[in-house]
Amino acid sequence: MTVAVVAEGLVRAYGPVRALDGLDLVVPRGSVCAVLGPNGAGKTTAIRVLATLTVPDAGRATVLGHDVVRDAALVRGSIGLAGQHAAVDDDLTGRENLEILGRMHHLGRREARRRAGELLDRFDLADAGDRLVKTWSGGMRRRLDLIASVVVAPPVLFLDEPTTGLDPRSRTEIWTTVRELVGAGTTVLLTTQYLEEADRLADDIVIIDGGKAVATGSPDVLKNSIGVRVDVLVETSGELAAAAAALAAYTGGDPEVDAAGLRISAPVVGTAVSVPGVVRTLDAAGVAVLDAGIRRPTLDEVFLHLVRPRHEEAAA
Amino acid sequence: MTTTATNPVPARSRPLVDGAAAASRVLAKLRHDPAGIALTLAAPVMLVLVFGYIFGSAIAVPGSGDYREFLVPGLFVTIAFNLIPAMIAMARDSGRGVVDRFRSMPISRVAVPFGQAAATALYGLGCLLLMAACGLLVGWRIRTGIGPALGALGLLVAFQFAATWIGMFLGLVIRNEEAAGQLSVLVLPVGMLSNVFVPTAGMPAWLRTIADWNPVSAVTAAVRELCGNPTAPTNGAWPLEHPVLASLLWTALLLAVFVPLCTARYARPRD
Repeated sequence: MTVAVVAEGLVRAYGPVRALDGLDLVVPRGSVCAVLGPNGAGKTTAIRVLATLTVPDAGRATVLGHDVVRDAALVRGSIGLAGQHAAVDDDLTGRENLEILGRMHHLGRREARRRAGELLDRFDLADAGDRLVKTWSGGMRRRLDLIASVVVAPPVLFLDEPTTGLDPRSRTEIWTTVRELVGAGTTVLLTTQYLEEADRLADDIVIIDGGKAVATGSPDVLKNSIGVRVDVLVETSGELAAAAAALAAYTGGDPEVDAAGLRISAPVVGTAVSVPGVVRTLDAAGVAVLDAGIRRPTLDEVFLHLVRPRHEEAAA
Repeated sequence: MTTTATNPVPARSRPLVDGAAAASRVLAKLRHDPAGIALTLAAPVMLVLVFGYIFGSAIAVPGSGDYREFLVPGLFVTIAFNLIPAMIAMARDSGRGVVDRFRSMPISRVAVPFGQAAATALYGLGCLLLMAACGLLVGWRIRTGIGPALGALGLLVAFQFAATWIGMFLGLVIRNEEAAGQLSVLVLPVGMLSNVFVPTAGMPAWLRTIADWNPVSAVTAAVRELCGNPTAPTNGAWPLEHPVLASLLWTALLLAVFVPLCTARYARPRD
């Protein structure tokens, strides 16, 4: 495995707040890694350190083998960055935005112009290319921002919450763009607070909370890590309590009850379960089951399982 | 590791190319904003008309000079010292992540602010020339010769270049477009606290000292001297007695302070 990005024990404090508190992560070359975490978990700080914009207090990080502090200039030659805000010039056209960045990347005037046209065509922004960016929609601007970070096709791309605040269609378009970039061999490290985004795009997910990684793995590994769940639908609300008690005994987990939906969902803890087993158990408890199923947890459930308890601890 | 093969960008820095790209970014924005340009140009024209004819009808310049001829050089300096556009532009770039993007790129970190300052000075030169034309219309004259007049223009452009660096530094510190806009109200009195509109001789002693040592006053006195326009009493203040030298020293001092401050602020990894 060739490694593109490595972080070891990164620490960065702002006054009393430790935005990063010993973050470790490894991104293999050519893969997509999603850093997933709640607001304030340290996602943006992590990106800023890796993109040489912030110096860590402790720990070290490398991008393609270059140290982000000592060899910052070499790191900058290998990365593209799209931040949380669309860092494009509203007062310029889309084409001019890309051309100027191309010239700053020393492409030369003519090559910068050619590249800008090529990118606008390829990412379906050619029609709007000669309009001022301030007349563009939010989704188009973010796409331009994303494209602006690949004017020179950097081998490593950092995306800080690329779709936060976008409507579902624009989000899908950004995802398509990211997938195209990965198809071309680019390593992508993106942060997100959307589990679906991580699930759809990432080969590996690093869940961070309180400035450090609390879980790492592929979406499948993470889902399997907290086991399967049993979901049942009962007929009347009067049966909920009995059903929950029976399920708790059967699965060994603590069931969540959705009283309005007449649904109960219980994690399976250290035991084997089957659909007939669920039905028999509830039948024995005198509960009429309308629907029963065994499924893997969603990434949301994994996330809440890993992240929420810590906050409850902190609050207690 | 084969980093060089995957790295399409040469690591060596090319400040001139970077600076030219940064300058063309500023100029391209201006091209798209004719209303903004019209407004920037209209303001000094208004100043000439309003102050020239309203104040001019009531204020007598010591030594039997014409007030408008006294005023116009001061207005040149007021325009040259207008650091607000540079401040707001930099605050916006900084607040929206444009500066972060540039800083994450393998480009010369000094060249970008230099390019922006150069483009701003170029634009300022255009404003000054237009304003000189307005000045000629309302009775301002160059009574010396082409040499001293070009000297005055050079002094104004240099002073404006220095002021731009102050503006960019403030913008980098503020990092918020709206806040920068609000702060611009505070910049105005700096131009008023000078010999631009009235001679300083009539001011209370403490205010007069401030006004006499205001760099705006020195440059104004220098332009008046170089163009042969009416000058105000110097009150024995050194900068007003040697206005050209004082202007050069002020410009050099501002550049010596704010260029390093601004580039360091621009380049340094921060929060």
